Amino acid sequence: MGFLANNHGLTAENLVGVRGERLLFEKLNFELSNGTVLYLQGANGTGKTTLLRTICGLSKPYAGIVKWCGEDINSLAEEYFKHVLYIGHLPGIKEDLTALENLKFSLALSGKAISVNQATEVLNMLGLAKGLNLPTRMLSQGQKRRVVLARLWLQELPLWVLDEPFTALDVNATSLLKQKIEAFANEGGIVVMTTHQEVTLNVPKFEQLRLDA
Amino acid sequence: MPETKLTQDLGTFSVLYRILARDIKVALRRQSDVTAVFFFFIIASSLFPLGSGADPKLLSTMAPSVLWVTALLSCMLSLSRMYSSDYADGTLEQIMLSNQPTVLIVLMKILAHWVLSGLPLVFVAPFIGLQFNLSSAELQILAVSLLMGTLALSLIGSIGAALTLGIRGTGVLIAILVLPLYIPVLVFGAGAVNAVSIGMSPNGALTLLGAVLAMALVFAPLASAAALKIALE
Repeated sequence: MGFLANNHGLTAENLVGVRGERLLFEKLNFELSNGTVLYLQGANGTGKTTLLRTICGLSKPYAGIVKWCGEDINSLAEEYFKHVLYIGHLPGIKEDLTALENLKFSLALSGKAISVNQATEVLNMLGLAKGLNLPTRMLSQGQKRRVVLARLWLQELPLWVLDEPFTALDVNATSLLKQKIEAFANEGGIVVMTTHQEVTLNVPKFEQLRLDA
Repeated sequence: MPETKLTQDLGTFSVLYRILARDIKVALRRQSDVTAVFFFFIIASSLFPLGSGADPKLLSTMAPSVLWVTALLSCMLSLSRMYSSDYADGTLEQIMLSNQPTVLIVLMKILAHWVLSGLPLVFVAPFIGLQFNLSSAELQILAVSLLMGTLALSLIGSIGAALTLGIRGTGVLIAILVLPLYIPVLVFGAGAVNAVSIGMSPNGALTLLGAVLAMALVFAPLASAAALKIALE
């Protein structure tokens, strides 16, 4: 995968996260290079989601800087978004559109067009063959989640920010996703993720960060 | 696991087109939202001739303001939905993380709103105008002023919709925020039709309406994009 060949780096310098009046984390520093998976841990309400949203540029940090390849992501703006794939706990798909339409639109947002064949292939592999042309509101929670995650197989971006990607997935899908994350990191991708499930990932660099309130 | 093939790159224009097309497609799958606005306009404006008696002179005098005010209210009806469903299901986050400038994306969402709730009124208004005994010259100017005016309404309304995002019970709040800003559009839009009815040229009012539209076209997407960023933080 050519897009992972370059050297990328995500750095956080003295990040401070505040939600409302509450201090969530302070003086957070990390440096992630190609092939690193950063696994955020912490109880509910300790600021994992806030940190993920800060990393992908949706929220501004209270203080501190997030840098992508040495440059502040705030000044990079859209240039930075070309490299980030964010999957939050909101699905980010339209319930009235089919899985195929949703997937094509997600890719269009990052400036890519895919053929129906390609999209179908990935959705089939994720076990959605029967639901391809149904509006996603007809799908189960886990199936919707698979539609959301299908982007990981198609969007060629070097940084993944995943908020609870394993939620609602069955054993099969969990192992597919695990393999995908491992393959991605082994080829040089960077992943920042949270999960409450126990997962062991076989990746070049595995780092853990515990957030405590 | 299938090998990922290189995807094809899309230009800014095609990405923006897809955003517009998606909004329209989603709305057409939920036709009730779109048709409700349309029928509200038809019914509300048809109530006036029924309630005010059959004096053709009175009807044609009040027609421009009645049609314009009902058009304005119908456009406002659907404002709260402009961003709220995208906000609720997380697509707004994904849209903000797109590699295209947020301002242009917001402009596409406004255009979609206009195509779905403003543009249909432009086509149906001349027929409703017939109920008010308007002449064909007045009907033409009514359609032209609505064509420009409804786009301005969607643009200005977008600011209100973006500012109230994530707040409960936004309907009334949007009205309070947006209605004062709608006044120039109403004055010049209805003014153009009024001018024709008293035998004057509508050009002055239409030019001013155009100026309002041009200003809204520049500032409304900027303001909405800034408001959306705040809403998502």
